[in-house]
Amino acid sequence: MTRLFAWLALLAGCIYFALPLIGMTEFSLKMRRGVYSLDAYRKVFEDPSFWATFGYSLTLAAATIVVGVLLVVPTAYWVRLKLPQARPYIEFVTLLPLVIPAIVVVFGYIRLYNTSSILPLTGSAIGTDFLLTMGYTTLALPYMYRSVDTGLRTIDVATLTEAAQSLGAGWVTILAKIILPNVMVAVLSGAFLTLAIVMGEFTMAALLNRPAFGPYMQLLGANRAYEPPALAVIAFAITWGCMGLIQLVTRLAKHERAKA
Amino acid sequence: MSFLNISHLEKSFGSLRVVKDFNLDVEQGEFISLLGPSGCGKTTVLRMVAGFETPTTGRILIDGQDVTGFKPNARKIGMMFQAYALFPNLTVADNVAFGLKVNGVPRAEREARVTEMLKLIGLPELGQRFPFQLSGGQQQRVALARALAPSPRVLLLDEPLSALDAKVRVSLRNEIREIQRDLGITTIFVTHDQEEAMSISDRIVVMNAGIADQVGSPFQIYNRPTTRFVANFVGTLNSFEVTVVNSTTLEMDGQMVTMAEPVTAEPGSRITMAMRPEALRLGRADGFETVLPAVVEEVHFLGSVIRVSARMAGTAIALDTFNRPDMPPPSPGQTIEIGLSGKHAFLLDR
Ligand SMILES: Nc1ncnc2c1ncn2[C@@H]1O[C@H](COP(=O)(O)OP(=O)(O)OP(=O)(O)O)[C@@H](O)[C@H]1O
Ligand SMILES: [Mg+2]
Repeated sequence: MTRLFAWLALLAGCIYFALPLIGMTEFSLKMRRGVYSLDAYRKVFEDPSFWATFGYSLTLAAATIVVGVLLVVPTAYWVRLKLPQARPYIEFVTLLPLVIPAIVVVFGYIRLYNTSSILPLTGSAIGTDFLLTMGYTTLALPYMYRSVDTGLRTIDVATLTEAAQSLGAGWVTILAKIILPNVMVAVLSGAFLTLAIVMGEFTMAALLNRPAFGPYMQLLGANRAYEPPALAVIAFAITWGCMGLIQLVTRLAKHERAKA
Repeated sequence: MSFLNISHLEKSFGSLRVVKDFNLDVEQGEFISLLGPSGCGKTTVLRMVAGFETPTTGRILIDGQDVTGFKPNARKIGMMFQAYALFPNLTVADNVAFGLKVNGVPRAEREARVTEMLKLIGLPELGQRFPFQLSGGQQQRVALARALAPSPRVLLLDEPLSALDAKVRVSLRNEIREIQRDLGITTIFVTHDQEEAMSISDRIVVMNAGIADQVGSPFQIYNRPTTRFVANFVGTLNSFEVTVVNSTTLEMDGQMVTMAEPVTAEPGSRITMAMRPEALRLGRADGFETVLPAVVEEVHFLGSVIRVSARMAGTAIALDTFNRPDMPPPSPGQTIEIGLSGKHAFLLDR
């Protein structure tokens, strides 16, 4: 009896998630009257702005991942090694982006770095891209930090550090050769999450007026009928692709270990 | 001047004084053990030599060079930890090569050295394995090879064997000692296992509550302990309250014991005389001039040695005797005679 209810609940859940997706996908295939076709997808792929914005967001995602790794790995490492009592506070700080809306952050940026400020970052495209990257890094921080911190828990950070030090290694060597490789799986899953977040982000890119993928999706959605659902399916595929990659990387790493 | 010189070393964590006025001179190539109960500060001393803790006061000199203020990675010290601490992401060969690589040793030389080191620890075939593919004993050997590869000036080992099972522990400790002797590397070995310390050390430092109580060869430490703590901590000890009769004679439960060395205490005062279990004899024997009756409480047959627990002169004692196939041990409840001699006794004043 309870089993039946469990199955029913699961079914209801599946329908709740799947139905809109199926509906959306079906609609995206109906651009040509009367038959299913991939016309909407072709239209999307033929649009140069699609590729331009997609490429832009991808580049920014890569930059965000690099900045995030450079910021988070040494920080999480140092906190574990030298300031374990500060961990709850650091964790709290990294969670702030979840409660502070992106719009607040971006208005803060605009106020602080506008063209009449001391540091007029919004005055140039490259400066704005830098700001946007920093904003994305902030958004990705909760996921990146958690992921890396969990990764660090699986190794004996203190002893490995001391072993490396006694062999003559300095901090940079220790981080690059010992710590980073050992938390690579965690870094990668953090990276894919970051990628998924950046690819879909709208608020920051729109308010900083940069040609990112999120605003493009929004623009298309406001003006077309069939292409937006096609785009949504593509975006969805990217996100799930990222999730799949996280799974794959984790699985492969486990497999490596199990090969013994 | 000694190769490694530690003078007036002190360490406090907050108000807790963990190491107090620790002094030690280690000769080049010597194998020294720091022995003591848990929490006595052994690891802290070792970590100060390695540079992982900063001494509150005191100096550490290696080969005449004051390294007290040096960073750990500038001390040219090899260290082996209780947790194997191999780098999980590197192969065995890369683990061993790590110190060489960091120090900029060229590739060809590095590879030759790694091969040499793996041969030294008896694992020449395992260079391409990862640490998780090795047993605990093998991992610890690799850790030794890794520590030795850059030819450190001093080798520090912090209970490297305590995570291994008994058999591996014994064979590996002998191996470590052999390699150490071959290379002639100055070594400090931390352990709380007295048998381990006794069997492989040139000298032992017995530590008690942050103080080096006694420094000496295993033979000295065992046979001539200078403090009550050392006497009790190392080996089993029988101690008797005795009365001083004159400068050579003590009275023990009505029997006279003639000491080999003069007794400085006032005649008539009560002092403690101590003897190891193997210094007591079952029955009468030549050279064991004092004989006392005792009641056997328990008999433990340990193979080559038989340990008899008995009650003699009002105190519980332990007596060790070699097994003899033609002479079965006494049984519990039996009254026996025990022979002893002042030559094998020592006095505990502190
Ligand atoms: N970082 C630290 N902060 C505060 N107290 C410490 C620290 N490290 C060690 N201590 C204290 O110093 C004392 C000595 O510690 P140490 O690790 O040197 O002992 P040990 O002789 O190695 O013991 P064991 O045999 O258990 O390893 C202990 O009371 C310990 O609690
Ligand atoms: Mg210790």
